[in-house]
Amino acid sequence: MAEHAHPTPKLYFIIFITLAFFTCATWAIAFLDLGIFNPIVALAIACTKATLVILFFMHIRYSDRLTMLTVSLGFFWLMILITLSLSDYLSRTLLVR
Amino acid sequence: MSTSDTTATGDQAALETTSSEHHPALAHQFDSMAQQQGAATFGMWVFLLTEIMMFGGLFTAYLIYRIKYYPAFVAGSTSISVSWGFTNTLVLIASSFTMAMAVWSAHTGKRKPLVGFLIATMILGAVFLGIKGKEYYDKYDECHIPGHVIGKGFNAWGGCSVQNPGLGNIAQEIVEHAKESGETIPLPSAEQTARQTEIFFSFYFLMTGLHAFHMIIGMLLMTWLLLRARRGDFGPSYYTPVELGGLYWHFVDIVWIYLFPLLYLISRHKGAA
Repeated sequence: MAEHAHPTPKLYFIIFITLAFFTCATWAIAFLDLGIFNPIVALAIACTKATLVILFFMHIRYSDRLTMLTVSLGFFWLMILITLSLSDYLSRTLLVR
Repeated sequence: MSTSDTTATGDQAALETTSSEHHPALAHQFDSMAQQQGAATFGMWVFLLTEIMMFGGLFTAYLIYRIKYYPAFVAGSTSISVSWGFTNTLVLIASSFTMAMAVWSAHTGKRKPLVGFLIATMILGAVFLGIKGKEYYDKYDECHIPGHVIGKGFNAWGGCSVQNPGLGNIAQEIVEHAKESGETIPLPSAEQTARQTEIFFSFYFLMTGLHAFHMIIGMLLMTWLLLRARRGDFGPSYYTPVELGGLYWHFVDIVWIYLFPLLYLISRHKGAA
């Protein structure tokens, strides 16, 4: 395990403010009519927030490669679960004539 | 994480052990404290990934039904309070910050701040659960509990409107909403949609309930960490339980980061705040 520089309270506070800002942003944007982009923007903001939490609060940015790789692979499997399931359900009606 | 750091109470204990120079918390199968913490962190992440897959399955099922019954999900989503959901998101993010600070305090050997930040995290967690309880009660009051579990179904089928006139009538709201945007939806079809909102509420209660259950477990973990922190168990060379407790707490935060937009923010521009 490589010796690592841990984040400082100042950095934690900056991350906290950023997360709070994104929360306000996603709340405000939800009341605008962006059509199909409403859920896309909401999920993009959620993913940004989750990434910030994982990288800094959960120290993945400062951890060893084995942990980094394990976490990335976990999310890769999650993506397989979601995309393959959805591509099945979303495409079923396309074949019905 | 170097063992040469002698400022912490734990390290002093290690130095006093003359026969074997290792830290009392070091298990015999590990060469060093760093290796032990690396292994523990890795194991915790593997556990969290199984949790992610569990919630991931629920999210996937939610997305499929949301696409299939979109109008019903809009009606259900706009009936829950976005202000409380928003407040709770901020509360949980703040608790993640105090938890990160608790881990930092443990890592730098600051005992009093560690205890303080753990207590702050627990208070914020309790505030979250309190608000969640209030939201659940509102749903009960509006007869939005799915099924007829507590003898109160949806207004169109149950006796809710008699007990709570003007509340819980989702079908009526759907008709009204459609009227506002110049569409006409016949009441039977609106009632059909209202019936489908039970699927939304089933997901709502299952997912937020499972999340709240994780919060309760997190609070119990905090209590245990608090007791150990007061005893002075943690220092720069040994703070693994705090670190892992932090990972768990942040994971619960991440689940909520996704629950908030998915459950509360569907087509808000069409519905009421």
